[in-house]
Amino acid sequence: MVAATEERGLLKRLGNVLSDNESLLGYLFILPSLIGFIAFFAVPAFRSLLISFYEWNLLSDAQFVGFQNYNDIFADERFWRSLQITLWYVIWNIPLQTALAIFIAIMLDRLQNWSWLRGLFIIPWLLPNVVVGLLFLWMLDPSLGIVNVILQALGLPTSAFLGATETAIPSIAGINIWRHMGYNAILVFAGLKLIPKTLYEAADIDGASGWTQFWSITLPLLRPVLAFVVITSVIGSFQIFDTIAITTQGGPAGATRTILYYIYDEVFARRISMGTATAASVVLFLILVTVTILQNRYLSAGRSDLADYS
Amino acid sequence: MAAITESRATGAAAYAALSFADRLNTLGNIATWVFMILLILLTLFPFYWIIRTALTSPGAVYTNTDSLLPVEATALNFQRVLGLIDPSTLVGQDAALISAGELNFWLYLRNTLIVVGLITVGQTLFSALAAYAFARLKFPFKNQIFFAYMTGLMIPGIVLFLPNYIFVRQLGLIGTFAGIIAPTFLMTPFAVFFMRQFFLSLSSELEEAALLDGATKFGVFWRVSLPLMRGPLLTIALLTFIGSWNDYLWPFLVGRDEEVRVLTVALGIFRAQTPQAGPDWSGMMAATIVSIVPTIILFIFFGRRVVDSVQFAGFK
Repeated sequence: MVAATEERGLLKRLGNVLSDNESLLGYLFILPSLIGFIAFFAVPAFRSLLISFYEWNLLSDAQFVGFQNYNDIFADERFWRSLQITLWYVIWNIPLQTALAIFIAIMLDRLQNWSWLRGLFIIPWLLPNVVVGLLFLWMLDPSLGIVNVILQALGLPTSAFLGATETAIPSIAGINIWRHMGYNAILVFAGLKLIPKTLYEAADIDGASGWTQFWSITLPLLRPVLAFVVITSVIGSFQIFDTIAITTQGGPAGATRTILYYIYDEVFARRISMGTATAASVVLFLILVTVTILQNRYLSAGRSDLADYS
Repeated sequence: MAAITESRATGAAAYAALSFADRLNTLGNIATWVFMILLILLTLFPFYWIIRTALTSPGAVYTNTDSLLPVEATALNFQRVLGLIDPSTLVGQDAALISAGELNFWLYLRNTLIVVGLITVGQTLFSALAAYAFARLKFPFKNQIFFAYMTGLMIPGIVLFLPNYIFVRQLGLIGTFAGIIAPTFLMTPFAVFFMRQFFLSLSSELEEAALLDGATKFGVFWRVSLPLMRGPLLTIALLTFIGSWNDYLWPFLVGRDEEVRVLTVALGIFRAQTPQAGPDWSGMMAATIVSIVPTIILFIFFGRRVVDSVQFAGFK
């Protein structure tokens, strides 16, 4: 009986020490996340690099081959084609998507009171890529799809969309613009709210037109937000996979085999080659880092002209 | 009638009185509004079209492509997606078009709820704990560890997918729920980062007052900080929920087996199994509607918060 009380007292003291030792508490708090980070982020990142120097089909033992995998993919015409297709997709996707996002954001800003509009524009982003892919596969169907029916009714030329090599990538870009323009518009809208209204009032007094105000006030002051939007969407675009897997599965005739599809094929479809697949993913990573650095410099992401006014 | 003509006449007169620049401006304004309305319609129309197609009988989908309304309206598609009728009892044209692939909806919904539920709860809880430690507590190597997390934010998914796939395979977890949730159950760098920003923006006055009153560090966290964080916790939980509900590639790699298949993967397989000539469009559209109902419900309740959290996410 006495021992039990003593034990409980000890436990309580231990609990007190634990709960008031800041360092210990800090480590306890980050422990689960640290395990997750090490096991599924840090280690795999290095392991990816390591595997890219081995020939490995998951079944037999891995063989060290040096830079052979990199030589292999650089000599592989399909690898270069996949990069080209990915770039083509990014070019179709980003400029239009960003321009529409800016337009919608400005309109949302004018229609502040209609907050439901913001909700409306974000709904497409809530849908899984798989659902969006299926939906557009149906709407863009060359012979039965409603889009061609409407085009025909308006007397416009119809298109094979996802079914033809030249139009497949632009169509997939269009699908993703539909899904992401509202999401990006919300981000830009939040950036617009940071621009002091007094700037526009001053410009009004000076007699500057709406168009002039847009180019000399809105756009420059939006730069940090735009940089964020453009960089994150470019990174996302380079990794397009879901939509393609659902709609074209890389076709027609390999026209939509992007870099992620190439990597996927190396491991799960064409052959089981972990080495070349990870080598390609490392190359993709390096491309993304380069693109991010260049964009950061070009768009001066960290600097806002707003600083000059405050 | 006369009044309308009159007002039209004054309108025209007013328009004629405008200077060229003003006229251009008015036209520009009109064009802007027309374009905005067009974008709204463009955003909404696909949703209408899913519903229209899902309510159309499987055969009529092929014959009445230009009808804006459902043709031979029927709940048949929903019934078969939800397993309420046996497809083999159907006869005639409709039966021929029905997808060879089977959609065991209730099983996939259960699987999705298990996966998404576990990820949402785990990731939110553990990321919040870590974020609190990074924002409020002092411990050795804190900044270095946080910096490492932030580096993880930049690594593209595919770089991690392959080694993670190998790791999960080596653990023997392919085709299990554990394998599907493993990479994101304990944290994502984004969740930690997001929560830390929230904790930093929270005034620490209350916490300091509680400390002065003799509360322990843990007591402060449990009784003061956590209750204040209910909003942000809900926000990150929502974002995690949406993200993992929509996830496709990872569950597709490790969880294709029927017993653990989630809805997105099931839809992908359903699509792959439909015949190239003559896909079961109305069935697929009914399946997509059913699979997004939970998201829509969430949006109806938390739409405002979702929009706000997206705005916030841009300012980290």
